[in-house]
Amino acid sequence: MTQFKKAGLNILEEKKKLLRVNGKEKNTLLEVKNLKTYFPVLGGVLRKVIGHVKAVDDVSFSINKGEVFGLVGETGCGKSTIGKTLVRILTPTAGDIFYYDDAALVNGNNQKIKIALSKLNRRELMPYRCKIQMIFQDPYSSLNPRFTVGDIIEEPLIVHRGKKKENKDIVKDLLRKVGMSEEHIYRYPHEFSGGQRQRVGIARALSTNPELIIADEPVSSLDVSIQAQVINLMQDLQDEFKVTYIFISHDLSVVRHIAHRIAVMYLGYIMEMGPAEEIYNNPLHPYTKVLLSAVPKGNPRIKAKKQPPKGEVPSYLHKPSGCCFHPRCPIAKDICKREDPLFEEKEKGVSVKCHFPGKY
Amino acid sequence: MEKKKIKELLKVKNLKTHFMIEKQKAKAVDGLDFNVFEGEFFGIVGESGSGKSVTALSILRLIPDPPGKISSGKIFFRNKDLLNLPWEEMRKIRGNEISMIFQEPMTSLNPVFTVGVQIMEPMMIHRNMNKKEAREEAIKMLEKVGIPSPELRVDDYPHQFSGGMRQRAMIAIALSCNPSLLIADEPTTALDVTVQAQILELMTEIKNKRKESAIILITHDLSVIAETCDRVMVMYCGKIQEIAGTIKLFENPLHPYTVGLMDSIPSLIKKKKRLNAIPGNVPGILNFPTGCPFHPRCKHKMPVCEKVVPELLEIEKGHLVRCHLYAKEGKSR
Repeated sequence: MTQFKKAGLNILEEKKKLLRVNGKEKNTLLEVKNLKTYFPVLGGVLRKVIGHVKAVDDVSFSINKGEVFGLVGETGCGKSTIGKTLVRILTPTAGDIFYYDDAALVNGNNQKIKIALSKLNRRELMPYRCKIQMIFQDPYSSLNPRFTVGDIIEEPLIVHRGKKKENKDIVKDLLRKVGMSEEHIYRYPHEFSGGQRQRVGIARALSTNPELIIADEPVSSLDVSIQAQVINLMQDLQDEFKVTYIFISHDLSVVRHIAHRIAVMYLGYIMEMGPAEEIYNNPLHPYTKVLLSAVPKGNPRIKAKKQPPKGEVPSYLHKPSGCCFHPRCPIAKDICKREDPLFEEKEKGVSVKCHFPGKY
Repeated sequence: MEKKKIKELLKVKNLKTHFMIEKQKAKAVDGLDFNVFEGEFFGIVGESGSGKSVTALSILRLIPDPPGKISSGKIFFRNKDLLNLPWEEMRKIRGNEISMIFQEPMTSLNPVFTVGVQIMEPMMIHRNMNKKEAREEAIKMLEKVGIPSPELRVDDYPHQFSGGMRQRAMIAIALSCNPSLLIADEPTTALDVTVQAQILELMTEIKNKRKESAIILITHDLSVIAETCDRVMVMYCGKIQEIAGTIKLFENPLHPYTVGLMDSIPSLIKKKKRLNAIPGNVPGILNFPTGCPFHPRCKHKMPVCEKVVPELLEIEKGHLVRCHLYAKEGKSR
């Protein structure tokens, strides 16, 4: 629970870190506006900044409460960078991240407010850190080998609520909920298989009762049968804890299964965003189409005509002019080389960044 | 009639490869029987620890000894008994008649040699080429596997290549001596879907061009198998659980494990409400369950499954399954 006294509220409002909510944004949980995360590239003898890797470039989206938002794209398209920026492991270069706090205590009354996460400093961020949690890709390196499973899950509780006796019960309860047993609490991560470790990672993310969980490739290092178990678990937990997920994955079939809305990324941009059904059935952007055609269909009778994109993903340091997909695009015209298309809503809630949406 | 036409390229008989771990015997591969015919795209599928890679390494006799040992069985390649071949003879086969594409292109290329040198090496050893000829041939190979401006790229080091290009370079090395059998161990696992599609297409193309050779594709991904292979072998705990033609396997999977694997995969075409996951974990290699190794996770478990290892039964011609459920229908082999 975040508390604001009038004085604190005013200061935050003055610095534009806090905004009042209008009626339209009833269901929104998170809003990202023109987010940019750049990494400087150093060079020369003096290690001067000679350029930037624009890992996330001008990305805007919003997430509703209770939905699963899928972020898909190839390796290095910036999807993990977005995830890390949202939890402020990375600091955004520009742009805003607004978090909608339903029940902020303002002078003793519950009130809905909008907090600019991107502008908060470390201390101001603390109460929101426990509302946004993350599940990491690699269950082998994301668990401290010198902590017991109980310590790992309890750590966020200690950080956010202090050392309390009932913490142990919460941890035991969480372990049961993620399908492990209580006696695992005193064991170390190396004693578990990959799937079980990922369950520990999920329990840790759930320990602070978050509203939003960012899952960065949570199943991609698991075996097929275990992957299905973890996906089912994540869906069950969503029903139980009423959390919202941002599901980052390169596996389009998995995202289709779990996500309500998806965004397809390429070279740091969102190329297409909208309801999952729409995008999978009727992709408007040529990149989405090409990406979908490359996925094996799992049916030996449908050996789809594949149209994998020509060539390789261009370097981030020398992004192509105009539309960044034009060198590999099957329908690129002159205008694509010159002008960067706008990211606009086209139809049925689908937004596309393309000069010729739906023409391919 | 048909059998005479299609020649057998590789025949594995009762192969057992064991490892000694902490003074215990780990049966990584336990009694494999299969054959690969000429012109075939043969798939081996299974989860991690099911013995797929060990099978491949056993065929090439690359099992580190100790701790590993091929304790029994026979491997015939074009009627040559590979396991009894002297070491020198075996070296003449490796990389020449049987070659392998390894899983991680990042670690299986040597970082201190240029890609060109690494493609030239097997050709200079096996095909007696001199440096100049080999270099020309290497450029041709790079072009064949779809690397742009190969005459420049041939002098690049592996770190200058992207993941997809490294895997292409690996394929170029593997194909440089025109092998009759190409073993690809998870060739696309570390790659993006778009690059995976390109690589699989390249492999299918290669197979279609050369009629007398065969490819063994090892993967954990059934949908990759569906895309490419003619025949599939499903492995679990070092044993064959099912062998069938790809279409037959996908339309009529018999073994509960195969069915479970298929139900676990989310589909791109149809949205499933919930995935039917197989409960439990893959057992550790030192404590494989008694009887049928799949029984602790199986929906159709019967009392007999805990005690007796089921035999590999032939249900239809070319469709074999190892499960007690089919004990009445099938004939023992």
